[in-house]
Amino acid sequence: MVEGELRIGVFVCDCGLNIAGTVDTEEVRQFAEALPGVVVSVRAKYTCADPGQDEIRAQIREHRLNRVVVASCSPRLHEPTFRECVAEAGLNPYLLEMANIREHCSWVHSDSPEMATQKAKDVVKMAVARARYLQPGHETEIPVTDAALVIGGGVAGIQAALDLADAGHMVYLVEKQPSIGGLMAQLDKTFPTMDCSI
Amino acid sequence: MTDAGRHPRIKLMTLSEVEEVSGYIGNFRVKVRQRARYVNEKECTACAKCAEVCPVVVPDEFQQGFSSRKAAYIPHPQAVPSAYLIDMEHCLGNNPVACNKCMDACEKQCINLNMEDSQVELNVGAIIVATGMAVYDPTALDEYGYTRFENVVTTLEFERLICGSGPTDGHLVRPSDRQVPRRIGFIQCVGSRTQNRGNPYCSNVCCMNTVKDTLLIKEHYPDAEIYVFYMDLRAFGKGFEDLLNRSREAGVHYIRGLPGMVTEDAETRNLRLKVENTTTARLEEYDLDMVVLSVGLQPAEDLKSLASRLNLSQTSDGFVQESHPKLRPVDAPTPGIYFAGCVESPKDVKDSVTQAGAAAARSAILLNAGVVKSEAIKAVVDQARCTSCGVCARVCPYGAIRVDVKAKTGAQVITAACAGCGTCAAECRFDAITMQHFTDAQVLAQVDAALEEKPEEKVLAFLCNWCSYAGGDLAGTSRLKYPASTRFIRVMCSGRVDESFILRAFEKGAPVVLLSGCHIGDCHYISANHWTMRRADRMWDRLEEMGIRPERLQLEWISSAEGARFADVMRGLEEIRQKVTPQEIEQGKKAIAEYRSRKAKDAGKEKEAEPAEV
Repeated sequence: MVEGELRIGVFVCDCGLNIAGTVDTEEVRQFAEALPGVVVSVRAKYTCADPGQDEIRAQIREHRLNRVVVASCSPRLHEPTFRECVAEAGLNPYLLEMANIREHCSWVHSDSPEMATQKAKDVVKMAVARARYLQPGHETEIPVTDAALVIGGGVAGIQAALDLADAGHMVYLVEKQPSIGGLMAQLDKTFPTMDCSI
Repeated sequence: MTDAGRHPRIKLMTLSEVEEVSGYIGNFRVKVRQRARYVNEKECTACAKCAEVCPVVVPDEFQQGFSSRKAAYIPHPQAVPSAYLIDMEHCLGNNPVACNKCMDACEKQCINLNMEDSQVELNVGAIIVATGMAVYDPTALDEYGYTRFENVVTTLEFERLICGSGPTDGHLVRPSDRQVPRRIGFIQCVGSRTQNRGNPYCSNVCCMNTVKDTLLIKEHYPDAEIYVFYMDLRAFGKGFEDLLNRSREAGVHYIRGLPGMVTEDAETRNLRLKVENTTTARLEEYDLDMVVLSVGLQPAEDLKSLASRLNLSQTSDGFVQESHPKLRPVDAPTPGIYFAGCVESPKDVKDSVTQAGAAAARSAILLNAGVVKSEAIKAVVDQARCTSCGVCARVCPYGAIRVDVKAKTGAQVITAACAGCGTCAAECRFDAITMQHFTDAQVLAQVDAALEEKPEEKVLAFLCNWCSYAGGDLAGTSRLKYPASTRFIRVMCSGRVDESFILRAFEKGAPVVLLSGCHIGDCHYISANHWTMRRADRMWDRLEEMGIRPERLQLEWISSAEGARFADVMRGLEEIRQKVTPQEIEQGKKAIAEYRSRKAKDAGKEKEAEPAEV
């Protein structure tokens, strides 16, 4: 379901030596270049850094990319970063796909670099294959209830509740015991200041 | 404490526990049960008249049992709220009222022995979990004689004995004869840093707590002889080394070596301990008046049940798992929930306060924004294919699909309520539901790409985003090694994994397929993984019918905290892979092809699973 020609850009990240120390990222880049639908494949030392992101935006504009695959770390870490990055270049953020070649590859297969490179190529191939079918998505905004629940009235709970309440938010501080204070209230003095706990 | 009690925007609910949490980031619904106090908290002036007349005497838990309190009591003089309560477990009874003395004594009439527990429902946008920790109970370490010798106490008991508001008004005495102890020993790492009867981790606060205690003793009794027995002294924080040096300068003896055993002189009740001093390499003996066990910290016992109510994971040591150990240290993996204090890991007051500030700031970011974006991952129904059978509505954990089975008007998705697990799309037999961003075509394209070359050398795993995929990330950040034959496909929930995805993998020659999600009870989509389990059961039967060994489809629950387990599972899959023969793979391919043509004949139409490019 691609309108017009599929134009995929692949960005392979070295992550310093985090990825490139194990995976032959140049080989992965060249491999990606030959995949169907891929019009450009670029390697960067740190794709998430400003120069790396600038490169993505520049390539989107130059090659009129309509899909972007970033082969770097876990999407649980940087998917929001790269979604924002491609959106700034006018691409719908849901047309971004990530290939995890760090947490799920270089870091766990550093004892077998060749196998790791082979896996990284497959991971990129899978991401490109998926990218072909990506569709633009539109997020909905859900209102937030302006109140917080703090569970536990020890020193941490009390401090969190006070900070939030001072910032203007309603706080429910729920404590199991008949008094707040927690374990701290039972201490005589506290280190390193040697002052009273309560 | 008092600031929190009187803040206009803090509603303080003591004697209360969270019973149920539903909803999601920005819109949580919380049920709180508040136990009866039997005293009107607002009216009570803490005049103490009820306690004066109360005839019931019980050990005072706040004073670690060193003194007593009444059944009508206040936990301690500085309690917040500053109100008495009735300990109904020990009260002589209210049905019928057996004693009534407190009610007669209370001038303001604020005691009501018929008060009942109440349940309150709260709507909140953010939740901060700050439930603290428990203190290690040294009973199991019998060699230290905690339960046998009165003059062996824990650090928490010591705090009460030296505290100005404690049972002895701050005059340090030993329990057996109320005499001032002149020779005091501290044993460090009790229940910490041990693989045996205790916890394997460092409890973080005990070294400095002992340093502090030695200085407190020296303030009271400058000529007290103090010995600290340790394996390492961890004085790593700001100002900590200074404090340790002050303690040394005050004459406290630090001896590197943990005693093997404490014995008692039955007559004097003095204690003797033997220790190998590892700096002098000599076996030394010490006669002491009192021994303080520097006990470690551990997760509270009831954390497990709270964690399951809030959908949190616990690390192997039992503390809660943060979203990322370095970059999101106060965020729970469940969006909108944050951690503060020792529930996350053992820490001192300063670190607890710091983390509380961070958790408050993280919550305030959300509350100030006023809106939260919901990802464009929603179910969409193709009305042309929908038969209004109602299966999708039945499996949806959020009740986000409505179907009028009689009127046959087609399934309707309530988009705002859809959380995007994709269980409906997987369960729909008519392929009438598309899960945005995790469509059949997208996932099948990944399966095909993964198995295009040398499929027999690969293990294919479907991982849910919140637990199993995150567990894989943790294996990575922990640099754990596992075989590189593994290929992963991320889905939001294991409930999304369609039978057709698994069949396609076998059809393409995958020797082993893994289906992995959150542990049962921990699913981020309430209960969607129950359907994963049922589907796997169905699949095993079907595979067996087709002559495919059911072992080739594996089902594992892996949490985001289980990086080591993730790596173990991967190693296990590789072992299974090596036992799958090429003949088996070919037979399986044929069996699935036959199954497909039979099914197509039965249905009278060809079900095309090929990801068609439109």
